Amino acid sequence: SSGINAEYGDSINALPSRFSAMVSFKRLVQPGRIVFISSGKYAKKIAMIVEIVDQNRVIVDGPFTGVPRHQCGIKQIQLTKLVFQLPHGSKTIVVEKVWNKNAVTAKWNDTVWARKLERKRLRASMSDFDRFKVMIARQTRNRILQTFKISKMAGVRKMYKRPVKN
Amino acid sequence: WFAAVVSSVLSSGINAEYGGEKNGGTRTVPVQKSPRFYPTEDCKTPLKNRRVAKPTKLRGSIVPGSVVILLAGSHRGKRVVVLKQLPSGLLLVTGPYKINGVPLRRVDQTYVIATSTKVELPALPAIGDEIFKRKGKPTKNEKEMFVDNAGDNSYKISAEKVALQKEIDALVVPAVKKVDMLQSYLRSRFTLTKGQFPHEMKF
Repeated sequence: SSGINAEYGDSINALPSRFSAMVSFKRLVQPGRIVFISSGKYAKKIAMIVEIVDQNRVIVDGPFTGVPRHQCGIKQIQLTKLVFQLPHGSKTIVVEKVWNKNAVTAKWNDTVWARKLERKRLRASMSDFDRFKVMIARQTRNRILQTFKISKMAGVRKMYKRPVKN
Repeated sequence: WFAAVVSSVLSSGINAEYGGEKNGGTRTVPVQKSPRFYPTEDCKTPLKNRRVAKPTKLRGSIVPGSVVILLAGSHRGKRVVVLKQLPSGLLLVTGPYKINGVPLRRVDQTYVIATSTKVELPALPAIGDEIFKRKGKPTKNEKEMFVDNAGDNSYKISAEKVALQKEIDALVVPAVKKVDMLQSYLRSRFTLTKGQFPHEMKF
């Protein structure tokens, strides 16, 4: 059992080794887990799980992301890879403390997930003029790349060119 | 009430003198003669229509200087600068002509997509709807009805319009050039490509 625990770290420490089926699950619904709320009133926001109500519901709190402490269905949330130490059922003040101590917002913004969301948001908020500028920028970049590639290929082609038989 | 009106009219009269022995000397002649006909029953007259047409309300997103995409006509897809709203309610628009070949033109705001891009326009000369009025075709009389006049009825741009266009361009083009890449933006046309849906796009 120590072998498995060493590999998968803190969150699976509490599990006895007979739960080998759980090994493939890396993100668990647990207090301190950062979740992305995918639907409902607080859609597209992140929050921290504070308490597990039952198989289908959790209590979630996002003091700095505009998510009030409330009961949320597990089907409306998506687990992220971020998890921090939080005693279950903690008050919002405690959640705030943990949030600040671990710089949760900064860690979230660093993730690929958050960066993808931001990119999508920027693209959707582009005006017609912005789209034109992006088009010109892509064109300029691609032209530079193409001329570079062509010049490179010319050198390679020379190398493989068969000598002309006289 | 009609009888009352008639009687009041008849009571006000001029005393006129009449000659002749048996004609009574003087009689009052009504100033206003009673009408020859009046309806037997009083009927309601409809209320007078005092409606005054309000000027066409311009979309909040369209403002003098805003860049706009034309959706119809020969210049469809072109991005163009709005100069102002004319008294007729139509938008006065120009390419500017030097940049994309759109002259001073009137356009209805419903045939236009307003973008959020705006140009800082200087004070422009006053322009009304009058210069855009086309002169009607000369009507032919009976003799000339079937005579073909070698189609000289094509529209020719007046020298006044050309001069006005130059004047406007001289004011608008520098304002456009101040913004980076705006000139090439106005030269390009708007198109939709795969995966682009106007109702999902932000302009």
